[in-house]
Parts: sequence; C-alpha cells; structure tokens
Amino acid sequence: MDEEYDVIVLGTGLTECILSGLLSVEGKKVLHMDRNDYYGGDSASLNLTQLYRKFRPDQTPPTELGRDRDYAVDLIPKFIMASGELSKILVHTDVTRYLEFKQIAGSFVYRDGRISKVPSTQMEAVKSPLMGPFEKRRAKKFFEFLQGWKDEDPATHQGIDLDKDDMKTIYEKFGLEPGTQDFIGHAMGLYLDDDYKTQPAREAYSRIVLYTASMARWGKSPYIYPLYGLGELPQSFARLSAIYGGTYMLDKPIHEIITDADGKFVGVKSGEEIVKAKQVIGDPSYFGAGKDVADGGKVRVLEEGKVVRAICILKHPIPGTEDADSLQIIIPQNQVGRRNDIYIAMVSSTHNVCAKDVYVAIVSTIVETDRPEQELAAGLQLLGPVYDKFISVSSLYTPTSSGEADNIFITRSYDATSHFETVVEDVNRVWKAAVGTELVLKKRDVEPEA
Amino acid sequence: MSKQFQFKLVLLGESAVGKSSLVLRFVKDQFDDYRESTIGAAFLTQTVSLEDGTTVKFEIWDTAGQERYKSLAPMYYRNANCAVVVYDITQTASLEKARSWIRELQRQADPSIVIALCGNKSDLSARRQVTEEEAKKYADEEGLMWGETSAKSGEGVAEIFTAIAKKLPLTAPPSARSGAARPGAAARTGGVDLNKQANTQAGNEGCNC
Repeated sequence: MDEEYDVIVLGTGLTECILSGLLSVEGKKVLHMDRNDYYGGDSASLNLTQLYRKFRPDQTPPTELGRDRDYAVDLIPKFIMASGELSKILVHTDVTRYLEFKQIAGSFVYRDGRISKVPSTQMEAVKSPLMGPFEKRRAKKFFEFLQGWKDEDPATHQGIDLDKDDMKTIYEKFGLEPGTQDFIGHAMGLYLDDDYKTQPAREAYSRIVLYTASMARWGKSPYIYPLYGLGELPQSFARLSAIYGGTYMLDKPIHEIITDADGKFVGVKSGEEIVKAKQVIGDPSYFGAGKDVADGGKVRVLEEGKVVRAICILKHPIPGTEDADSLQIIIPQNQVGRRNDIYIAMVSSTHNVCAKDVYVAIVSTIVETDRPEQELAAGLQLLGPVYDKFISVSSLYTPTSSGEADNIFITRSYDATSHFETVVEDVNRVWKAAVGTELVLKKRDVEPEA
Repeated sequence: MSKQFQFKLVLLGESAVGKSSLVLRFVKDQFDDYRESTIGAAFLTQTVSLEDGTTVKFEIWDTAGQERYKSLAPMYYRNANCAVVVYDITQTASLEKARSWIRELQRQADPSIVIALCGNKSDLSARRQVTEEEAKKYADEEGLMWGETSAKSGEGVAEIFTAIAKKLPLTAPPSARSGAARPGAAARTGGVDLNKQANTQAGNEGCNC
C-alpha cells in the first residue's frame, strides 16, 4: 500500500465496480477497498449464513432451507433490461464471459384486485383481460404511433411535439382510459409515480421504446438475470479491473478520508496506514452517510428518501402467476391509494439463488409514512404464506457536490427502480466528473465461437 | 467417435510462484524472465488431445492478482472443474500457502474438483527448500495430483496438464461434455447469450478503440 494511486475506490457495490473496471481498462492505477470481507456492498447477494448474520445475528438458519452454499439472496431487487444500458456495458467490456444469464419468466401488473400478465406477444395482447375490445383498438393506435415515430419525419408526429407536449396530452389524444395509462406508464414506462404525466413526453417515449425493445429481444419479459444472483455483477467488473492492474483489498476498515487545508482529497487512512491518490470514488457509506457529523464536520451526502424492502422466503410460486419461476409484479400507486408503486421481484432455484422448491421474493416501495412495513401490505398479501421475512428500511443518499472541487466523487444509493438504468446513469455522471470526458464505451470485436 | 470436453481450470498459489508463467508456457510455449504481476491477460484456453482421440479444452482462469490480499471472489471458484495450486520449490513458505489454498478450495469449490499440486521452478533445484518427498507425501494424504515443473525450461508442464486432462473426464459431471461452456453454456442451461445480436443492438454506438 506504499504506492501512490490515480484513484482509490471505496466499496465494491456495482456502481463502484463498473467504474473501477472502466478506469483500469483506461490505464488508471486503481486501488479498490471494501470494509466487508465480501464483494458487493449494498448490491451483494448473501448466502444463508450471511443473511442471518445481517438480519438475525442471534439465530442460525433453519436446516430445512437446505445447503448454505445454494443461496445467493439479493439485498437490492433489480433486473437487467435486455436492451438497456447495463447490457451494453456488459457486452462492451466483455465481462459476459464470466456470467450466465437467464430470462425473468414474466412481468405482471396489479389491477382491480388481481394480477395479469403484461402481454409479451400480439397473441397475449388480444387475450389480455387488461383492456376491453374498444380500448385495445385505441391502445393499438397509440403503440403504432410510438413505433412509427421518426424525429425527421413530421408526417409520423400526428401534430405531437415530444419535447413540448406532455404524456397527459398524448393519452387524451388517443382516448386511453386511466387503467390503461397506469399500465403504460407504470408497467412499461416503469415510472414509480405519476409525475411523468405532466413532463415533456420524450422520456416516457424512450422508456416505452426501451421496454418494447427489451421485450422483443428474448420474449417472455423484458428482463434478464445473472445465475447465482446479482452479486455476480460487481464481482465480474472487479475481475475486469484486476485483470487490467487494479489492486483489491477486502476486509479493510477505512478510518478517515484525509484532505488538505483547502479540503482537497489527499488519501485514506486504514488503521495506521495512509494511502494516497489523486482522486477517491466511493459509496455514501464511506462519506458520513447515516452519521450526524461527517468527517471534519463537512456534510458530503444527504438523505433524499427511504426505501422499505421485505425479503420473503416462500415454499411455493406466487399464486395466480402460472407457477412462474421468476417474475416482476408492479402494483401501480393509483390501484392502492399510494403515491409510489409497490414492486415485487421474485427469483428461484432456476437462477441458482436458492434451494429447489424455494422462491425468494422481494417486496419494496418508497417509504411514505412512519410505518413503512405496513406500506408493503398490498404486495405481501399477493405472496400467499411467507416462510420467513427480513425487513429493511434503507436511506437513499445523494452527494452534496459533484466532486470536481475536492476530488471526492460519491456515488448514489441504489434506488427503488426495478432495473439498473439509473445505476448506469450514475456511472456516467461520476465518470464525467472524475475523468472530465463523457464515458464512451470502447467497442470490442465479438470473438468467434470457439 | 472422439469425445470432446471443456473444463474450467483455476490457478492458485502465492504471488510470484509462477502461476502466470506456467500458463504462458502451457498455452503459448513462451517464457518471459521479467514478467511482472499479471495484467491484461487472465482468460486463456488450451486444448489437449489425448491418445484415445479425446480432446480436452481448458478454460484457464488466472487470479489476476486478486489473491494478493485474500480478495478472490466466490465467482472465481464457481463451477471450477480443476485447480492447479502452485508453490515455489525454493520457498518453503509457498508450500504452506498452497496448503491454505487447498483448504480454501475444499471449503468453497465443488466437492468433485480435481486438484493438482504443482512445485514450480524445478530449474532452480540448487536452491531447493521443498523436497519432492515432502510435497508428494502431503499430496497423497490429501488425494491430490502432484508434479514438479519449470515454466522457464518447460520441463514437466505439458505432463501435469495432460495428467489432469486424463483424469477429468472420468470424474467430471456430464455437463462438461462436448465443449459447451461459457458463453455457449447458455445453450446448456436454457439461458440467453448477450453477445448474440449485440452488433445490431449496439450498431449506432461510437467507437474510439
């Protein structure tokens, strides 16, 4: 540790590991440390022993759940959009060679007290109970409009300006019912609340197109998932970083972030050792998150909300889902009188994350009251009997500054969205601040199948 | 009809015992005296053809230096069919380290994993600190394969990998048969291959490589 580095990265969550990998590929000398003795930080997947140690330190896992090593329980429920930004990074960095992916079997939406499959084919759309026959015709016109849109061809615009008109205007133009709007905005646009309706429609358009493209890629659902859990993602980017010279140290407590008289970053202190670098990148927990006074009294991160998550172990598939081995269920806020949607994400032994005949579902939402667990009730009641349940309430932190002034670049907490698009946005943001240029992915030649 | 197998082989051992040099000799028949720590090439393949017509393709994972501060990821051990644990015959301490890696493998890896203990730098036998008898006795006790190698001269290198190639098809699960490993493993497990269609998906991306 007696060398000087270009960048010290603190925490091995996915955001930090992607950055570490890309920086090492770029030729930067990276030292990557984590206080835990495992990879992944908040985006780790834990085996049973680790899970119980975290939530129930005084209890050992019940033997009837099976072998410890068969489990990889995610702490943060997210899926990968098949055609999204994380997929692109995985392919471009070639870390796909360390990973295997499977589809998530289905995407469901809650409406009027029951759940229905989000149609993945024309056939399913025609049969779907989500819309009546006339509404289906109107929705068809709406989707044809979106699919046919070309920026350069005003004939495809039908009098709409995506950068000025809001989604409300477009819904009204096509005469779509509120339930259909919920379905489009929440189950396809993956908006957590209804604020998007009064924003320019461009972003909603992009999101729906991304959803449709992801759905079209492999069918069934727009999502894919890595075998052995999401914790494989940070590990694979860490390996990429190591291959390009990055140095890794787990189980390394960080005691102090050292700055000079101007507040600029100098190095980090672990025990009696000080290691220096030009820049530091890290997750909020290394920069005073959750503490009343941060190092030197400087407030580097702010809480901007809380998410409540319930990790539920089930001994059966979720009722009413045709025994899907994995799924997402979205409960739009309007349906249950909330401001934010409730999400259910479920995976099973098909994805090598638990023993056979066990299903792991995570119910989550953004906290709106002082009784967060009760806010999950509408989601929990869809699961049927729950074998065991682990509840957490996590604060979402955001940095107070971009980092250019003091060379301290802090990533954001993992939010309540169901996918990794905002994680990649954060990677782009930190890269631009720390490196000074936009992140451009180097395109690799796809190797011939050996 | 000839059989084909593909296996994941992981390397373990203390820093500077010659893990990467051993692989470089095996895969490319090269040696570099001044090679420093591993950078940029930690995923190599090499195929061994056996006398009975069987071909065994090794997909070789180097530690990429993550062993240095005990920071190897569980992913490294995952689905490994065989491990070559390397020590330096001129450093007694490196055999001690090898023993602790073997314990780690027995804890973390699949119970069916084939482990070979490999005493490297046999060209430096004048400075030998670890006797053949001592190492072989330990290997026998633990049920490991054993051999000495010199990545520098090439002595013993082909032999140890060939010995592993001969042993593996007898013990490996049927899933390793017929060469379907990553990313082609997708076909075996009903998964999806992200690299397919990748060109059309990413066709409009900028490229500055």
